[in-house]
Amino acid sequence: MTKTKINELFDKELKIINIGLETFYRDLKNQEHPVIHVDWRPTAGGNKKMESFLSKLQ
Amino acid sequence: MGKIKFEIKKNTYYDSVTLMLISKEVEKTNGVHEALVGMGTDLNKELARNLGIISDEIENIGPNDFFVAVLADDEVKIEKIVEKVNKLLSQKKENAGSDYMPPTLNSALRHNPESNIVLISVAGEYATEEARRALNNNLHVMLFSDNVSLEDEKELKELACEKGLLMMGPDCGTAIINNVPLAFANVIKKGNIGIVGASGTGIQEITVAIDKLGEGVSQVIGTGGRDLHKEIGGLMMLQGIEALKGDSQTKVIVLVSKPPSDEIAEKVIKSTKDTSKPIVINFVGGDNAIIEKYGAYVGVSLEDTARKAVALLKGEKIDDFNGFNKSIEKIHKIVSDEVGKLTANQKYLRGLYTGGTLADEAMQILRGSIGEIYSNIPLSPKYRLKDLKTSREHTCIDFGEDEFTVGRPHPMIDPSIRAERLVKEGEDEEVAVILMDFILGYGVHKDPVGEMIPAIIEAKGNMKKKDRHLSIIASICGTENDPQGLRESQKRLEEAGVIVMPSNAQAVRLAGLILSKGK
Repeated sequence: MTKTKINELFDKELKIINIGLETFYRDLKNQEHPVIHVDWRPTAGGNKKMESFLSKLQ
Repeated sequence: MGKIKFEIKKNTYYDSVTLMLISKEVEKTNGVHEALVGMGTDLNKELARNLGIISDEIENIGPNDFFVAVLADDEVKIEKIVEKVNKLLSQKKENAGSDYMPPTLNSALRHNPESNIVLISVAGEYATEEARRALNNNLHVMLFSDNVSLEDEKELKELACEKGLLMMGPDCGTAIINNVPLAFANVIKKGNIGIVGASGTGIQEITVAIDKLGEGVSQVIGTGGRDLHKEIGGLMMLQGIEALKGDSQTKVIVLVSKPPSDEIAEKVIKSTKDTSKPIVINFVGGDNAIIEKYGAYVGVSLEDTARKAVALLKGEKIDDFNGFNKSIEKIHKIVSDEVGKLTANQKYLRGLYTGGTLADEAMQILRGSIGEIYSNIPLSPKYRLKDLKTSREHTCIDFGEDEFTVGRPHPMIDPSIRAERLVKEGEDEEVAVILMDFILGYGVHKDPVGEMIPAIIEAKGNMKKKDRHLSIIASICGTENDPQGLRESQKRLEEAGVIVMPSNAQAVRLAGLILSKGK
């Protein structure tokens, strides 16, 4: 049996970052699981050209 | 007819489900004929055009701008509508509390460097970028978003495999990792059955059946519906199988998917050869010979898949389960009572499903016993329903398909489209049996049963006015520990005159018996 990074995850407490629907965040929070919600919005205000430029900078 | 009235707020972002639910609330306002509250995406502009509530100003905004548009009577003031929208939005904010919400994944990671998994549900066009960023930060990913291209899916999954990470999705609706239900998932006991699946409600039905049998799950890994497509080659299913093989808590492995090509099926099954852990496979409606060839067990229904996994775990005898929990006498009594109440020309089935795999399973089980079934996901292209709004003869609809979810939440979140259809089906004097699923758990509507009961009563009542009986058969994909509660949900449905069966397969078999008059 080989241990993978996924198996390492199975041995840890799940710590979640939620990006998108807030309802998923609220559900996890109500169950008292560690979760952080990203106040997400489209990169570069949805400007595709700017987005591609910014992603190259990262 | 009314006038178009609108308001735009620049650089204000809200998620799509929140806004779709608010649109529905605004639509209920007196004097409002159509309403759309949304971000200025191309999709929302197209919707506004279709609803006849577009303006040049809305045409010119971007996806980071927010708009409210209505078609309303003269006396309706747009200020009042905006006030209502703001009130609904602030209620949502209050629910979220005063938690710190960082603006990006990187700032979230700085805030909590111990994070190990990212759940992504942003619009498809932004999803790949966020998922790639998460993988590059060595984080496991569950990608709920759909509308991600096959090329992007392949790239993300190859990156994940290279790094040894989970890349569940795109279009991954359910997963349970370390006993934590993610997105649409039920509360299932912890146990020793591990699942890798490419079909959301298929996975949910199996996990619920395992829980009802008193056992539990170790890990439930969703792959997204296209993982076994030739282009993706089962990358995440193979990765998931490897992980379950190496997981000491997993004693039995279950695989579920719509039928893959022979080549991919073989590749997946071959990967299970070097483990002593028993494998149960359900390729819903697919070729079983290939499964048996490699010594794995075939699940003949989703429920049967769960039963076999539990039997293997307990070292019990393995049999196909094609029957009922209730005794044959009791089933005959239900069938003859129902048949006795139907008139001679009531002969058709209307399956109204929110779960795609459950609708598919219904048609597979009924194949050959009641004749052909029209559908938006037919078993044969010949029986594709031309007009989705009108059923014909035997019809089975998956309300979760794209054609029903443009601009509105999935029917598991917003049951109204199915409720309206149920009332309509009840006006068709030739309908004998309605078949329905109710999905409980997290992520879905907080009371799917309660939302449907008025429509059930109305449909039954309309039939009664014509001296007819409408037989409604349901199954509940849920457990006692789900927030909605299985027993309470069942009790309320039964009080409304619904026959509730313990699984989709049993509900479908009962419907088949009633339609074939018990033969």
